[in-house]
Amino acid sequence: MTKLTNSSLQNASKDSDGLPLSVEHLTVSFHRKPVLWDVSFRAEPGKLIGVIGPNGAGKSTLFKAIMDLIPKTDGKVHVFGKPFATNRRRVGYVPQRESVDWDFPISALDVVSMGLYPEIGWFRRVKREHRQRAMSSLERLGISDLANRQINELSGGQQQRTFLARALVQNADLYLLDEPFSAVDAATEAVIVNVLRELRDAGKTVLVIHHDLQTVTDYFDSVLLLNMRVVAFGETADVFQAENLQKTYGGMLTLFDEATEAMRHRRKA
Amino acid sequence: MESVKSAVRIFFRGLGLCGLLLATLVTPTPGLGQVTDDSPHFGASFEDGQRFSLADYNTQIVVFGAGLLGFAAGLVGCFALLRRQALVGDALSHATLPGIAGAFILVSFFGGNGKGIGWLLLGATITGVFGTLVMIGIQRLPRLKPDTSLGIVLSVFFGAGIVLITLAQQMESGHAAGLESFIYGKAASMLRSDAQLIAITALGVSLLVGLFFKELKLLCFDEGFAVARGYSRFWLDGLVMGLVTIVTVIGLQAVGLILIIALLVTPAAAARFWTNSLGWMCLISATFGAAASVGGALLSAWATDLPSGAMIVLMCSGIFVLSLLFGPTKGIIFKSTSLYHPAVSETQ
Repeated sequence: MTKLTNSSLQNASKDSDGLPLSVEHLTVSFHRKPVLWDVSFRAEPGKLIGVIGPNGAGKSTLFKAIMDLIPKTDGKVHVFGKPFATNRRRVGYVPQRESVDWDFPISALDVVSMGLYPEIGWFRRVKREHRQRAMSSLERLGISDLANRQINELSGGQQQRTFLARALVQNADLYLLDEPFSAVDAATEAVIVNVLRELRDAGKTVLVIHHDLQTVTDYFDSVLLLNMRVVAFGETADVFQAENLQKTYGGMLTLFDEATEAMRHRRKA
Repeated sequence: MESVKSAVRIFFRGLGLCGLLLATLVTPTPGLGQVTDDSPHFGASFEDGQRFSLADYNTQIVVFGAGLLGFAAGLVGCFALLRRQALVGDALSHATLPGIAGAFILVSFFGGNGKGIGWLLLGATITGVFGTLVMIGIQRLPRLKPDTSLGIVLSVFFGAGIVLITLAQQMESGHAAGLESFIYGKAASMLRSDAQLIAITALGVSLLVGLFFKELKLLCFDEGFAVARGYSRFWLDGLVMGLVTIVTVIGLQAVGLILIIALLVTPAAAARFWTNSLGWMCLISATFGAAASVGGALLSAWATDLPSGAMIVLMCSGIFVLSLLFGPTKGIIFKSTSLYHPAVSETQ
């Protein structure tokens, strides 16, 4: 806990103490069935990385295993050269929007303030300065006018922006975003992409679970193609090609299905 | 929506009990009005035929104790409700019965005062917590859904409790009559020491909620994020369950184990219709809980034979219905008029 509360706002863009994220031989299983198998990759600073794969490929599981939310069967994860628990404060997490109860009695500003709770510490209240920081985070995502709205009065896109604002306010160096573009409107998608690019340009590393294959080359510097194992990892231009996608999605038919689903996701917005 | 569902469920339970009450009243009961220990009437009292007035010292104690109990239950109930642990509280309260009966039998057997409240509540806590743990254990087994484990634990422990109570009443030593008031609740039997215990507990519970408000809020809203940021799910959930246990156990006497869950959930569900802020929801819920408990205890005291637990729950249900209709944030009437501005949202 002390690590959490004693915040040092180090904006380390280039770190001497190790890569933002290194995953080595990570295996995760549920009820003895492997969900991730021998996954290894290293994420460099200042990269916007897409994590691509079919449903059930273990994308969310990968994020959860990185953050110790679920137990690893085997393998190691290092965040800036140290175990996750040590460098927790430097990791910003945006869970799937569906993972929370949007009927919860709380305002958008309150949700964003939650990103500051570990920094505020036990037994202390959220003060004006914290609210101001939360407010500027909402501003960055263009929804500061909705700060006092109850969260179920927000649209899907606005809810997603609120979630991202909560991760931003913590001023992390590595961000893990689980489907930030699912069921959002075009305006929100543009705003989020912009913020992600700003983060990358500030030397931060951003991993994004993404479904829309159409936009991958446009959005990401690198891609991680995942289907239980790492199918391919590298620069988008090198890795994101038909052959690898076929391996990831297991044949053209599935790929077609996934592509239609991706389109549906977009249209829903 | 979950919250509304459980509140509606409990409301109907209250209605059912109301019917049962009416039936009991209509049926000519021999010796009604001068209830004795072995009367078949379930409101059987410790102090026979006692009447109350507000100026009466005993009444003041009961009102004070019930009010604080309702306050604590309303407060804790908000988190039980939002953390979706309301049904766990139900299993917990039912699982206290074998502990009460068991404690009575054991203590009487060793020659102690079996009805010493300390022993009874200790027994209640032990089996209550044990029942909750069994339930969580069953949930961990593959292929068993939470509602299954709830059904198993609730009925098995309650059944065991009934058996033990019957055994206790057949015992020669001790004087088991009145034990069954833990099932339906009897606020009128509250002593000064009981009210003091409730006061101390309510203070402690409020203090804990105040101290950990922010963390509890985070846990209830977004568990995954909380754990990723380094908060321990085990300890925070343990805190919620601990608070629910404390309120349940100290509320057994006044509200009874069948209905205590309603005092936890209904004020919280009602409060949700009045505000969109968790802080206000807690305060409103605690106020509702206190008001319903005071009102219910008074009604029960004045009408002598109505069990206080049932009256308290009916008061809660009344507040819930009023909130459902007139609550400004989600109430039916406001929602169907232009006063409510609906979500500017595209839904999925």
